[in-house]
Amino acid sequence: MSTLGFVMMCHTALDRAAQVARHWAERDCPVVVHLDKRVAKARFEWLKKELSDLENVKFCKRHKCEWGTWSLVAASQTASEMMLKEFPGVRHVYLASGSCLPLRPVDELRAYLAARPMTDFIESVTIRDVDWTVDGLNTERFQLRFPFSWKRHRFLFDRYVEFQRRIGFKRKMPEGVTPHLGSQWWCLSRQTLSTILTDPKRREFDRYFKLVWIPDESYWQTLVRNYSRNIESRSLTLSKFDFQGKPHVFYDDHLHLLKRSDCFVARKIWHRADRLYETFLDDSTSDARRAEPTPGKIDRVFAKALERRTQGRAGLYMQSRYPNVEWENGKTAAPYSVFHGFNELFLDFEPWLSRRLGTSVHGNLFDLKRARFAGDADTYAGCLSAAPILRDYNPEHFLTSLIWNTRGDRQVFMFGPQDNQRPGAFMASDSNAQISVITGAWAVRLFTANRNFSDIRTEAARLQRREVEFVNTLRHVRSRAEIRIWSLAEFLEEPMENLQRILDSIEGAQASRLTEAPRMADLTGLPKFLQYLKNQGMNPFAVGDFPPEGVAPIPDGANSRPYLVR
Amino acid sequence: MKAVRRYGLRLERKRFLVRAWRKSRGLEEIANRTDKIRDGDVLCFVTLRNEKIRLPYFLKYYRERGVSHFLFVDNDSGDGTREYLSEQSDCSVWWTDESYKRSRFGMDWMNRLLRLYGHDHWCLTVDPDEFLVYPFSDTRPIPALTDWLQSSAIKSFGAMLLDMYPKGPITAQPYQEGQNPFDIACWFDAGNYAIERNWDYGNLWIQGGPRARAFFQDNPERAPALNKTPLVHWQKHYAYASSTHMLLPRGLNLVYDEWGGEKASGVLMHAKFLDTFTQKAAEELDRRQHYAASAEYKAYADGLRDNPDFWTKWSEKYINWRQLEILGLMSKGNWA
Repeated sequence: MSTLGFVMMCHTALDRAAQVARHWAERDCPVVVHLDKRVAKARFEWLKKELSDLENVKFCKRHKCEWGTWSLVAASQTASEMMLKEFPGVRHVYLASGSCLPLRPVDELRAYLAARPMTDFIESVTIRDVDWTVDGLNTERFQLRFPFSWKRHRFLFDRYVEFQRRIGFKRKMPEGVTPHLGSQWWCLSRQTLSTILTDPKRREFDRYFKLVWIPDESYWQTLVRNYSRNIESRSLTLSKFDFQGKPHVFYDDHLHLLKRSDCFVARKIWHRADRLYETFLDDSTSDARRAEPTPGKIDRVFAKALERRTQGRAGLYMQSRYPNVEWENGKTAAPYSVFHGFNELFLDFEPWLSRRLGTSVHGNLFDLKRARFAGDADTYAGCLSAAPILRDYNPEHFLTSLIWNTRGDRQVFMFGPQDNQRPGAFMASDSNAQISVITGAWAVRLFTANRNFSDIRTEAARLQRREVEFVNTLRHVRSRAEIRIWSLAEFLEEPMENLQRILDSIEGAQASRLTEAPRMADLTGLPKFLQYLKNQGMNPFAVGDFPPEGVAPIPDGANSRPYLVR
Repeated sequence: MKAVRRYGLRLERKRFLVRAWRKSRGLEEIANRTDKIRDGDVLCFVTLRNEKIRLPYFLKYYRERGVSHFLFVDNDSGDGTREYLSEQSDCSVWWTDESYKRSRFGMDWMNRLLRLYGHDHWCLTVDPDEFLVYPFSDTRPIPALTDWLQSSAIKSFGAMLLDMYPKGPITAQPYQEGQNPFDIACWFDAGNYAIERNWDYGNLWIQGGPRARAFFQDNPERAPALNKTPLVHWQKHYAYASSTHMLLPRGLNLVYDEWGGEKASGVLMHAKFLDTFTQKAAEELDRRQHYAASAEYKAYADGLRDNPDFWTKWSEKYINWRQLEILGLMSKGNWA
């Protein structure tokens, strides 16, 4: 005696629907097929003929079905009534669609249900506790009226919703209705199903649900709460939805994933996934399992896909991800460090830092002559070219590409007022940037440069102007980088402590004390040079309050470095 | 966008369609098997000239991935291309000896054929050296992609052009008919692309890669565009505006997400840099039938003499689509 019956809602890929219906019917499960009325008559006849040799396949009255409307519930009602009437032996009715595919032998499902004869498997969640929907209409779908089709009359749909919101319209719910939502694919016991269908208040309920939005996700799910004695709030059908509320489709390459899920039925299967249909409709390969369905593994795959679509990969700019400003969800892919002025003050700063951090350190990436990649390479990760015009064509993109291409390796580079300043604003607004600035460090290089003083004076003024602009950008209220700014004089008061602080921030908890100091340029005579600049009418204020007697020279040789820990 | 500008684009689109009709009068039908096209078929549209050596592999590649019918415009080939194609049962062929340049680099012919035969089909418009790679392309055919796009109400699918090159001089390993070109040209640049937004048409403007690096160091703005939208659920009123880089109506160009997410996209692997290229470059320079007075080919001819090797130690060797996805050149979007 057949105890499990399938109600199939079909509208496309009828060959596949027929294949699955046959599979079930031949294994002694009666099937009632509902075919969307919008499907041409000829196709209906074809389907009927295809299944005509099977006595336990019936076709019910056809409704015109449209997504999100009452018609889908009406269709499932009609088909269920027919199932209960025509096949009195059926104890559980399973609602499936034409693109469903059984993943486990029917006998296993039958045994599973026979062991739980009074249980109704239907996902049913109260709207108070869970945000079920993806589109915002959560409680409102029960409180407003939805007479217009969302697919065909979107404009009217939206306007009418707005209108009802504005006038504060709220529908009265029929007594005994506590709105619940859930997947539309259920498996109900004869008792529950027949009580719902024969309830004297059914007309009232139906009238109410006709104007609820997407009633196929709420009609059964709500009413079942009134009658069922034992609800198992989950669907036996594996069915995942994406962020648009559209079901995910399974393909041949999901075979192993589906096998491992231990679910009984999956939806929706791509109609040309031959391998899936062949494998799962073939009983001979079955290895009896008693495992509970575990859709979790598949959930993870689709959750990832959803995240990829809505959040994307931070710091990636590409053909199908080009976020508007402030919508980047991370302007760059990873943290990086920018040192401004340090390689003017210290003679061997880059090799020193590289040794200290154990990573490659770039020179001035935005140098006007060429991008000074670590090791002075012509190209770098991702085939980025050192050619300056190419880089300056879109320097921000050059930077984001570099950070993206080297994910996993922290990028560290030098920057200075003589470089292309355009990426400055971008870096300042990037929370991944760690920018350390010594203002006025350019004075050190000018002071040692062998040039005409009038040239030096002009150059000093130019560099200072550019530097001030950069510092102003950094201090702007919108800047989000991790920023440290010292004037040269300030920095020299305790240089090693300052360096240590930057390194601590880069390396985090594992930072160790400095054991080797970078070699500082010889600053004897710098105060005089600065005074001379002032005398010439150019005030090098960025250097800070440099004492006229000069800073205490940092003596050479490790023995006399009190700031080092050995 | 101002109504005036919108109306301007509408007129522009109409102009393209009229122009396509006018230019199509020079097309001579060689083999028309379009009556074999069925509802829901994926179609492939190609303009070509003297590419016979590439065709066997090209046809094999797309047939295996579920393209049902090919529509070719042969621009006066002299190497047997036309004869070869007209023997194929799933190809329709038109011939013309009119100017490639004056038909907007073949786009007028394509627009006309698309309008006549592409309506309501997913249409792939590519060159014979472009090979579409899309998410799951090793396990799912193109119709799986187009079915999914359609059910997601997506009308166009972006695929950036990815220049592939061999290691060593490009003439070192000669290409044989029927061979997978990426057995030879299997290297590419993973991350040196610059993107601008084109506010007029709504598309992204992508430049970079080995060509920009090797030939356009000093005038990057002239480097060829790499953004393409080759796969479209075609409607009669659509038109390609500039090669397959831009479409009208402009909504079709929005193949990227603006709010931080990633849309699904693919890559057009470009098998241009094979030994056949040096000869082609010389010939095309001679014909002067290419974009911007063939500036690109001039640059190639110069560049090829000095430095015919694109390979660097940072070049990536092609493995599969997943690699391209991880590198961020394409995306699965929410297709899983």
